[in-house]
Amino acid sequence: MPDATALIEIDAVERVFGGGRTLFGGHKPGVHAIQQVSLEVRPGETLGIVGESGCGKSTLARMLVGLDKPTGGAIRFKGENVADAARKDFGTLARRVQYVFQDPVSSLNPRKTIRAILEAPLVHLLGLGRSERRERLAELMDAVNLRPEFLERYPHEFSGGQAQRIGIARALAASPELIVLDEPVSALDVSVQAQVLNLLDDLKARFGLTYVFISHDLSVVESVSDRVAVMYFGRLAEIGPSKAIFADPRHHYTRLLLDSVPVPGRPVLAPEDGNAELPDPYDPPPGCAFAARCPAADDLCRSKRPSLEEGAVDKEHLAACFHPPLLTGEKRAG
Amino acid sequence: MSATIETAKSARRSCRPDAIRLMLNNRLATAGLVILAFMTALALLAPLLPLAAPDATAPAQRLLRPFAEGHLLGTDALGRDILSRIVWGLRVSLAVGISATLIAAFFGSLIGLVAGYAGGRTDTLLMRGIDMLMAFPYILLALAIVAVLGPGLINALYAIAAVNIPFFARNIRGVTLGLARREFVDAARLSGKSHTRILTSEILPNVMPVIVVTMSTTVGWMILETAGLSFLGLGAQPPQADLGSMLGDGRRVLFNAPHVALMPGIAIFLLVMSINLLGDGIRDVLDPRLKSGALTRPVARTAIELPAGETHADPVPGAVLDVAGLKTQFQIGSKTLHAVGGVDLLLGETECLGLVGESGSGKSVTAMSIMGLVPTPPGRIAGGAIRLKGEDLLAASDARIRQLRGGAVSHVFQDPLSTLHPLFTVGDQIIEAIRAHQPVGHAQARERAKALLALVRIPNPEQRLDAWPHELSGGMRQRVCIAMALANDAELLIADEPTTALDVTVQAQILALMNKLRHEKQASILFITHDFGVVSALCDRVAVMYAGRIVETGTTEQVLESPAHPYTRKLIDCVPVLGEPERRLDAIEGLPPSVDDLPEGCAFAPRCPRVQPECRRGEIALDPLGDGRAARCLFPLVNDTERPATDA
Repeated sequence: MPDATALIEIDAVERVFGGGRTLFGGHKPGVHAIQQVSLEVRPGETLGIVGESGCGKSTLARMLVGLDKPTGGAIRFKGENVADAARKDFGTLARRVQYVFQDPVSSLNPRKTIRAILEAPLVHLLGLGRSERRERLAELMDAVNLRPEFLERYPHEFSGGQAQRIGIARALAASPELIVLDEPVSALDVSVQAQVLNLLDDLKARFGLTYVFISHDLSVVESVSDRVAVMYFGRLAEIGPSKAIFADPRHHYTRLLLDSVPVPGRPVLAPEDGNAELPDPYDPPPGCAFAARCPAADDLCRSKRPSLEEGAVDKEHLAACFHPPLLTGEKRAG
Repeated sequence: MSATIETAKSARRSCRPDAIRLMLNNRLATAGLVILAFMTALALLAPLLPLAAPDATAPAQRLLRPFAEGHLLGTDALGRDILSRIVWGLRVSLAVGISATLIAAFFGSLIGLVAGYAGGRTDTLLMRGIDMLMAFPYILLALAIVAVLGPGLINALYAIAAVNIPFFARNIRGVTLGLARREFVDAARLSGKSHTRILTSEILPNVMPVIVVTMSTTVGWMILETAGLSFLGLGAQPPQADLGSMLGDGRRVLFNAPHVALMPGIAIFLLVMSINLLGDGIRDVLDPRLKSGALTRPVARTAIELPAGETHADPVPGAVLDVAGLKTQFQIGSKTLHAVGGVDLLLGETECLGLVGESGSGKSVTAMSIMGLVPTPPGRIAGGAIRLKGEDLLAASDARIRQLRGGAVSHVFQDPLSTLHPLFTVGDQIIEAIRAHQPVGHAQARERAKALLALVRIPNPEQRLDAWPHELSGGMRQRVCIAMALANDAELLIADEPTTALDVTVQAQILALMNKLRHEKQASILFITHDFGVVSALCDRVAVMYAGRIVETGTTEQVLESPAHPYTRKLIDCVPVLGEPERRLDAIEGLPPSVDDLPEGCAFAPRCPRVQPECRRGEIALDPLGDGRAARCLFPLVNDTERPATDA
């Protein structure tokens, strides 16, 4: 779906791990981590991507910043193919799209000072001189609410929350337009998580950023996202405005996710013996991957793969489901 | 647990004695260092020392015994002074050993770094080349190289260096492989660094300790190998003094003048031994795995050092678990970390108590203290009482504790993959758990294991008994762990964040399962978590921990609806709740205090919005508020329906 207003267009992207041929010409088994994912990121929005482990959300994130290449389809940043741009000149791409890692401590080299870590993008991406660097570092540390004397310290001297602020400062250093946040708060303590979420919110307003926010935590995604994409088994299950998805999910998987979140004051709704196994990735089912767990599945679901238009409410809110849950038209209680 | 270890680790780092002091603590390594320093000094000062010329022959003086006039260690078959030849020989051995090591380290590390970082085809090509080099016995390869290049010390040096390249390459490749997939390498890439720059400025500094360790342990070998080649007449050529060729010369007169071979032999022994001792010492100091405490073997049960004369209230009748005033400390260097600073817990029959707190609050250490599972050193229980159905666990014998572990009290941990042994099938592991406590045969235990798997709702229990842990999904593995915990009719189940590593749909299933099982099996659960949503799904009562102490307890409903302690209030408010996306998150500013330096008064005072001067003074008690509730706060929020202004 070509869209002139999109910042990033993901067009029928596929990523297969393994596969190819052996030395003697036989086929190696391949795992489809991402299949036929198409979506767009609009300037100034926060797009939340949710899904459980193994659904391909981190693979998608790495492809967005050029750390990985799609094996099919294309990702275009303002019309330019990301994989080509990464091959040609990684720096040009890295100036516009940046990444914040899940584990703040392991994303910082233990043998480098914070100054060395934060100066790297300024030197290698922007080519700033010594005095400009000093100015920019002070700005960055101020933006993420860290004291300037921290610059001389080593990563292990920081708590998780502080280390994640440094990770955010590094992503901000080259003044990118888009930041991909891969589970930025899931390694943090809850009291620190809120500090980082609020900081991200402030930075977005201040620098006019666009976020792709990846998380398995639905309540966090709900609180930060304008639009949400739900992934299951390497495919999009549902995509739409955050409010619509959380109030009226159009895919039974989204419904199950929402019901599974432990909310204070609500009893657990899930069955204790439900089959939560993902299908075998080497032998994916022909129909909907969720059919085996779905209460509404029938023969159609098991034999044919639903397209995203199948359960669509309008052209904003799409769902890959033949028998979508009914719209309630009102906010769920609880 | 991980959280506490993390705190302990960072503390250790900050007060860790520097590497040199640490190595000097190792007596053997120090002895090695002294001997090596002495021998190196001798070798370096050889031209200045009043020694006879090493190559000056004197047939009249041949084969003098040690302590002969003018020849302290005697003379050899040509009448040359052995002491002088050993000192000059040391020069050669050290120089060849060290330069061969440097050459091998340089090329081997280069190959290892490139192979490990590039991966794929480059890796395959380079490492297969290395494999070919390793396919030959090293001495044969060295002989072949010397045969091609011709005998001589320099050629022997090349041969030995070449033979040792694979050793470095494989070691360094392994480490690089692990580092190259780390996130900081991706981060450096996104910072615009080129591959070469990443290799030299990001990966090399992290690999350096491994290179140094490998070097320190190989120098000794290289000296031996040089001596070996010289002994065979392929290294140093006469008349040059070299320890190996001296041995070779001495061999001919071994029976009538054994000292001619013995003296250089002792010299080689001392040199290599001292280098190896020193190398081991260096490895212990630099190797990150050994540094993180793999050398300190914790004992089977936490040390208990109760202060004399401490008294506790009588055990509460009917309680399954009654913990009173528990104090657990870690001694790290000169610091004492008060991880648990006086905790009281009460757990009734079939009750589920949620122990809530952030990482480092001491919740896991509290749970591990119950069965004496806190590693000693550095941990110890320094006060309090723990009673299981009235039985004093701190006074119990080690045998009794072993009987209780996995029996009446069992644990379920956070990460089921690391809890299950990867080399045994899940069936074997459950059967082992059953037979450790019950006198039943293998077949009977297997039947019971099958019933247990069915109990935790694992489909096809018969077949799953023979599954390996890696064949199961995370949720299934955690079910297996729960089955093992229930194998011996546990009265108390200690579950330490059992669902944190699981996906949300799986978490919901495990929670529902645990809730059902505790009624079926009449077990009490001590449930440790940081998530109030999880607490409300399962727990009857909640205890909130902060900085090693309980700050609030009460029924789940009471605590969630009207928290009394400002910390609890803040902790609930800072988490986004599904269905309330508009709420601005009320973050808690600042960080928890470190447990080796707790402030006086309330530990939460520095972060508390309602702090008063009184809060920073004296001891604040856990005050009962009625209805079985209690809060460690001078100004509790109960009866104060108004929520903080930030929340409006």
